[in-house]
Amino acid sequence: MKRDLDRRRFLKIAGVSMGVGALYTVWPGLGGSAEAAEAARRLGLKTGEKPTTFTFAQLSDAHVGFDGPIGTRALEKAVDSLNALPQRPDLILFTGDLTHDTEKPGEHAARMKRFQEIVSRLEVPKVFHIPGEHDAGLDGGELYRSVFGPTYYSFDHRGVHFVALDNVSRARPEVGAEQRAWLARDLARFHKTAPLVVFTHRPLFDLRPDWEWFTSDGDEVMSLLAPYENVTVLYGHIHREDHHTVGHAQHHAARSLSFAFPDPAQVDDKKAIPFDKDQPFKNLGLRVAEHAHGRAAGADTVKVEDVELTMKEFSGTEGFNQILKPATF
Amino acid sequence: MTRRGIAHASLIAVAVVGGLVAAASPRARAQEPRIVAITAKRFEFSPSEITLKQGETVTLQLRSEDTTHGFFVRPLGIDKDIPPDATTEVTITPKETGRYRVICDHFCGAGHGGMKMTIVVE
Repeated sequence: MKRDLDRRRFLKIAGVSMGVGALYTVWPGLGGSAEAAEAARRLGLKTGEKPTTFTFAQLSDAHVGFDGPIGTRALEKAVDSLNALPQRPDLILFTGDLTHDTEKPGEHAARMKRFQEIVSRLEVPKVFHIPGEHDAGLDGGELYRSVFGPTYYSFDHRGVHFVALDNVSRARPEVGAEQRAWLARDLARFHKTAPLVVFTHRPLFDLRPDWEWFTSDGDEVMSLLAPYENVTVLYGHIHREDHHTVGHAQHHAARSLSFAFPDPAQVDDKKAIPFDKDQPFKNLGLRVAEHAHGRAAGADTVKVEDVELTMKEFSGTEGFNQILKPATF
Repeated sequence: MTRRGIAHASLIAVAVVGGLVAAASPRARAQEPRIVAITAKRFEFSPSEITLKQGETVTLQLRSEDTTHGFFVRPLGIDKDIPPDATTEVTITPKETGRYRVICDHFCGAGHGGMKMTIVVE
């Protein structure tokens, strides 16, 4: 499937699916124009950093310790793939279920350590995590916090405000009143056009409630984000790629690094897609992208094409956009 | 007591007894919701399927045998936690027929994802 994506706007966050994750590129689409420079200056005053081109990646649901045929091979392959990119990402976001839960004493901590060992090989300056229910659902996140730090927080990077939300540590699928109050305070200093990237584990909308693919106070969270025009929500949990737009917000789920779930619109039961030993990364497949420069200034296009991942090779991306409108500054 | 007084007292006694009989009649008992007991434990609900009548008011008595579980079925408007060592009651009057999947939405361990039951409304 080929899709041409228009890059003529000021600032774009283009998402690219690597199958074993997603790679995002943020860049100013208007290049060196005076209008772009002024918009960048004003955004920089708000966020502390002027927007500049950068890429970041999302990986999700490694489930280290899960007793499955893939083991940690997909996570290790993702690390190698990212390290091999000609343009190294600035940062990586892990959207939960880093490990698979266990009640055997000492074992869950060992799985978290194993995860860290593999991920430490990433040649990327910054790596950020949030827990999934398998990391933090049984103990309220106590072990997770001792290893990885806070379960919700925020940070700024090159003009983009990143917000990590925890919708798993309360055992139920919810963010909770205390964290929502924190979110409201955190967002208050930003202009409504500031680019926001929210990363969390469970979907913040009703994707398939009877498969537990929802957050009970997701509407309240999205109401806090509703005034902001450029919101991208990245999440995991569902072990498949999904794209969903609600108002100004675009929600994107990354595929899993362990196993896949079927399309909830096609089947009634939530059962993992069977492992195929002849195609071990099937349903964790990659997509190819070609980034071509157009002749007219600012008329660059990104072409995408779907291909299936094999054991021997991978390539590519699929893009999707979120656009910052210069006229709204 | 006069003969008239005795007659009055007798009428009152008959009325009282008649009232007590009426209160114990099938018509009066039908006004109380039917109770359906459901037990939760890692990682199953028991029974795994119950059948209710459309328009019938039913009280579900939920108990956990081990840890806190969830009892969630959005179309029936139920979203409850079932803590251990207590009975949680939910009274519902299902309006639409159908088969409704109930899931545990309070993470309870390795088998949490498969913990479900069905409510059939006929």
